[in-house]
Amino acid sequence: MSTHLTRLLLRAGLLTLLALGATFLLDPYRNYQLATSAGVFAAVAGLTLLVGLTGQLSLGHAVLMAAGGYGYALTATWVAGALAGADGEVADGVVGWLLPLLAGVVGALVAAGVLGLLLGLAAARLRGPYLAGLTLALVIALPSAASTIPALSGAQGISAPFVPVPDALAALIAVEQWHAWLAILVTACAVTPLVALRSGRAGLRMRAVHDDETASRLAGVDPGRVKTGAFVISSLAAGLGGVVLAIVTQQVSPGAYGLGFSLLLVVAAVVGGLGSLGGAAIGAVLVTVLPWVVDQATAGLPADLGHRLQGNLEIVLFGVVVIVVTVLWPGGLSRLLKTTTFFQNTKLFQNTER
Amino acid sequence: MERLVFLLSTGLARGAVLALFALSLVIVYRAARAVNFAQAAMAIVPVYVAFAVTSASGSYWLGLASALVVGALLGAVVERWLLRLVPQDNPLPGIIVAIGLVMVLQAGLAIAFGPDHRPVHAPFSQRPFEIAGVGVLSPYDLFVLVVAAVVMGSLAILFNRTSVGLQLRAAAFAPETSRLLGVRVPRMVTLGWMLSIATAALAALLLVPTGLGLDPHAADVLFVNAFAAAVIGGLDSPVGALVAGLVVGVLASLVTGYASAATAPLAVLALLTVVLLVRPHGLFAAREARTA
Repeated sequence: MSTHLTRLLLRAGLLTLLALGATFLLDPYRNYQLATSAGVFAAVAGLTLLVGLTGQLSLGHAVLMAAGGYGYALTATWVAGALAGADGEVADGVVGWLLPLLAGVVGALVAAGVLGLLLGLAAARLRGPYLAGLTLALVIALPSAASTIPALSGAQGISAPFVPVPDALAALIAVEQWHAWLAILVTACAVTPLVALRSGRAGLRMRAVHDDETASRLAGVDPGRVKTGAFVISSLAAGLGGVVLAIVTQQVSPGAYGLGFSLLLVVAAVVGGLGSLGGAAIGAVLVTVLPWVVDQATAGLPADLGHRLQGNLEIVLFGVVVIVVTVLWPGGLSRLLKTTTFFQNTKLFQNTER
Repeated sequence: MERLVFLLSTGLARGAVLALFALSLVIVYRAARAVNFAQAAMAIVPVYVAFAVTSASGSYWLGLASALVVGALLGAVVERWLLRLVPQDNPLPGIIVAIGLVMVLQAGLAIAFGPDHRPVHAPFSQRPFEIAGVGVLSPYDLFVLVVAAVVMGSLAILFNRTSVGLQLRAAAFAPETSRLLGVRVPRMVTLGWMLSIATAALAALLLVPTGLGLDPHAADVLFVNAFAAAVIGGLDSPVGALVAGLVVGVLASLVTGYASAATAPLAVLALLTVVLLVRPHGLFAAREARTA
């Protein structure tokens, strides 16, 4: 194992431990918000890698998250049912929740990966606006897909099995904190490979394809394969994000993954700085926490005005921020972090290829 | 058989609106070489204005005229004061700024007018005519078809038979050469945006009475379907947009009638995917230069 990879894994482990430790400082609701942010972070990290490194803009990452969530919920429910059915009673102890959880994660990876592969194959042939439009059509079609496929049971969605706190920890932590732990662990598994890919050979290939397809083809890099691969990797991360949200909310429904949420993922990636995974973390926290802050701030207003502002004021703010960042400050928040080599600047907006 | 005739004729009326909206996307694509992802939000703002004017004055026609004016103004303002600031060497920043604009406009409308659906009445009856016992078109469908035909005809005359149209086309195809020949290219781009948003506003205005009512997201699905139509037709071909708009409208109507309303977006998605995979530049567009 190279020293680079060792160092990267060490750093990932350290950050994960730090995040796990931080859950002790937060109250249950904050832990719930932390878990949600972690799920959004996994998806935004995948998206920012895709857009920043290969220049493929997906407006449909919410659907990939939903695919992960549905894959998780269906597989985990099925495995939990099979375990309970085998000996006639609910399996107890670690096996009772760990097996369905792991099987669910595999199911999520398969669902998101297959959808991502299909999209990626299309994406390899398409450029900017066409891919964005196709993924937009996908988001709009999600409620239709949910009501057409019987297993997804329409608009009310399906429930994901509850993951109880293990007996050994039950005295120590509340269920929100336990879910935050799971969220952090799943997100770490989603983001660490992205960091490794980004700084490794694959990231170099993605940048090469983005900067000049013809030149990279001459250098023996197949642009189609690189773009499809990037899309699949990004989808897997988004799928794990969907797993996190399914664990935390215990349900998956098309309403939670609509156009508004999909655009918020883009906002988080842009605000954090396209291509920057550290920026993606900040962006994810921002899009999760700011709506709550706005709700708190508008709670004191008269009922009619509060009702109008609720859920809309933060969208206006996000829209303004996205425009300002794109026009005036294309590095996003990652510029603030640029002193370290960990967050490399992307060449996104200096690109000359049309 | 009766059902088929009914579905075909309603599909034609929906398709006319789609074609009009797709045409607005084509106009802006020809002027600026960019797909405007904020078209739905920019089209629904003038519809709100028309709604306010109509309820204040009682005249549908005054509302329609104000929608066209506000649409043109909005197009000019957004092009001059926002999109000119965006880096043009790559389509990504433009799309991202358009997404920001969508969020600002739609959430702004929801704050200004409240988030509820507002019922909108059509200026003509929506009860279908009966020919030999078969319901065909309603007077409102007929009105939509006539308006769409008139607007498309006038746009065709404007682009193909007038000096301004020639300048618009020249500015789109060869900006540098046109500038040397005295065409004011930036002004033509602004004019393209004005025409495009006014057309889109008209399409949205025609659509709203046939749907659930007026809300900030009322044109979102129209945009996706029109994008599909514009891409199927080839983004820079007005004739392609017209034909593909009608085809997508009829397809959506048939799928809604024979399967269910929920499957229509899936059918459009499938059609868009197939066309993009088989002919990424559409069925009617001129081929782009090879890259390698």
